Amino acid sequence: MFVITFLATIGRTFLNFLRVSGRLAMFAGRAMDAVIRPPFYPRLILKQMASIGYYSLPVVGLTALFTGMVLALQIFLGSARFNAESAVASIVVIGITREIGPVIASLMVAGRVGAAIAAEIGTMRVTEQIDALTTLATNPFRYLVAPRLIAAVLTLPILVLIADIVGVFGAYTVGVVKLGFSPVAYIQNSLDFLQVMDVVSGLAKAAVFGFIIALMGCYHGYYSRGGAQGVGKATTNAVVSASILLLSADYVLTELFFAQ
Amino acid sequence: MTPKIKLSGVRKSFGQKMVLDGVDLEIAPGQSVVVIGGSGVGKSVLLKCILGLVTPDEGSIEVDGVEVTGLRGGARSEVLRKFGMLFQSAALFDSLTVWENVAFGLIEGAGMARGPAHTKAIETLARVGLAEDVAELDPAELSGGMKKRVGLARAIATTPEILFFDEPTTGLDPIMGDVINDLIAKSVRELGATALSITHDLASARKIADRIAMLHDGRIIWQGPVADVDHSGNDHVDQFIHGRADGPIQMQVLKP
Ligand SMILES: Nc1ncnc2c1ncn2[C@@H]1O[C@H](COP(=O)(O)OP(=O)(O)OP(=O)(O)O)[C@@H](O)[C@H]1O
Ligand SMILES: [Mg+2]
Repeated sequence: MFVITFLATIGRTFLNFLRVSGRLAMFAGRAMDAVIRPPFYPRLILKQMASIGYYSLPVVGLTALFTGMVLALQIFLGSARFNAESAVASIVVIGITREIGPVIASLMVAGRVGAAIAAEIGTMRVTEQIDALTTLATNPFRYLVAPRLIAAVLTLPILVLIADIVGVFGAYTVGVVKLGFSPVAYIQNSLDFLQVMDVVSGLAKAAVFGFIIALMGCYHGYYSRGGAQGVGKATTNAVVSASILLLSADYVLTELFFAQ
Repeated sequence: MTPKIKLSGVRKSFGQKMVLDGVDLEIAPGQSVVVIGGSGVGKSVLLKCILGLVTPDEGSIEVDGVEVTGLRGGARSEVLRKFGMLFQSAALFDSLTVWENVAFGLIEGAGMARGPAHTKAIETLARVGLAEDVAELDPAELSGGMKKRVGLARAIATTPEILFFDEPTTGLDPIMGDVINDLIAKSVRELGATALSITHDLASARKIADRIAMLHDGRIIWQGPVADVDHSGNDHVDQFIHGRADGPIQMQVLKP
C-alpha cells in the first residue's frame, strides 16, 4: 500500500512537472512571437527600462561595491598563503566581470524587478484587468509581456556594466587604502590581464538573465489565481524560479563561452 | 434575420462544479436583453464565454452568424472590436489615468491620436456624469460608483455594436443608477447597439430590457418580453422578482 502511494506521488509530481514545463514553453513561445511581431509599444518599453534599470541602480551599485571590496580582501588573504598578493587586482577584475558582476546584479534585479513584474501582472489578472485588456482588442502578450522582456534584455547588460565598474572601484579602494597597493600599479595590474571576452561574456550573460527574470515575472503573474494570496505566491515563485534558472543558465553559458 | 448573438447548448464547468449546463439564447440586432438570476448562478461566466475570456466546454456561440468559440489572433480581434464590456468589478487599468482608461480602446484598438482621443474621453465621461477634473485622477482615487461609471464610459467610448454590462447599477445611488439606466437605454436606441446586461435590480431591468431571460441551475429557465415578467407563470421568476426567501429557489444558507 505504502509503495503504491509513494509511486503515485512520484508519478503525480513528474506529470505536474511536465505540465508546468509545457505551459511555460508555450508561454515563452507566445511571448517571443509578441516580441518580434508588431504592434510594438516604444513608450511602454522606455517606461519599463526606467523602472527596471534606473530604479535598480542604488541596489545594484551598493551590492556591487561591497562585493568588490570583500572580494579584494578575501583574495588578498587567500593569495598571501602562496605569496601571490600581486595577482589580487587581476584576479578580482576577471572574477567580477565574468561572474560576480552579472550574477550579483541579476540576483538583485530578480528580487526587485521579477517580484514587481509578477505582482503587477498578477494583480491585473485577479482584478480582471487582463480580461479588460483583451476585450479592448489588445493582446496582453504584446502590451504587457513583450515590453517587459525587451526592456529587461536591453537593460540588464547596462546594469551589469555599471556593477562591473563599481565593483572594481570597490576592490581598488580596498586595495589602495587598506592593502597598500600603489594606485597606478593596481590599475595597471587590473588592465594587463583583462580580456575583452571577459567583459563581453558577462554582458551576454546579463542579457540572458534579464530575459529569464522578466519571463518568470510575467509567467507567474499571468497565471496567478485567487486574490492577494495568489499574487503573493506568484511573486515568491517568480523570484525563486528566476534565481534558480538564472544560476543554472550561468553554468551552461560559462561552458558555452569558455570550455575548449 | 441572423441573430446578433446566438448561444446554443453552451456548457461550462469548473472542476466538478457545473456552472452552465446547456444555455440557449438568441439576441436580435438592436435588442436589449437582460439576464437575471441568483448570485453565483454563472451570469458573469456566461458573458465571459461570449467574450472568449472563458472557453466553453461544449456548445456554440455565434456573433453575426460567425462561430466565435476558439477564434484566435486577427479574427478574434476583429470580433472583439464589435464589443464593449463593463466588468462587474469595473477592472480599470490602475497604471493609467481615468481619461487614458476611457480612451484606451480608441488609442490602442482604433489607432486614434492621443489629442482627439482625450477630447472624446472627456466627452464620454460627461455622458456618464463625471466632470473634467476626474479625468486626470488615478482609478485608485475614485469611489466604487465612480469606478463603475468610468468602466461604463470605457465600454461605450468606441461606440461598439454590442454592449455587455455586468451589473451596471450595483453600487450606485438610486438617482445615478437611473441616469445609467437611461444612458444604456439611449445607447441601445441611438447607436442601434445590441445589449446584453446582467442585473439584480428589477427596476433597472424593466427600464433597459426589451427581453428578460432568467438563468437558473445552468440553464435559461424562462425568457420573454419585459412586459410578461410579472405574469410569467414561472415560480422561479415570480420568486425572484418578488424577492422572497421561500420558493423553488433555495439559497445555500444555514437556517437557524
Ligand atoms: N475562473 C473560475 N474558476 C473557478 N470557478 C469559477 C471561475 N469563475 C467563476 N467560477 C464559479 O462559477 C460560478 C458562477 O460565477 P459567476 O461569477 O458567473 O456568478 P454570477 O452569476 O455572476 O454571480 P453574481 O451575481 O454574484 O456576480 C461561481 O460559483 C464561481 O465560483
Ligand atoms: Mg457576476
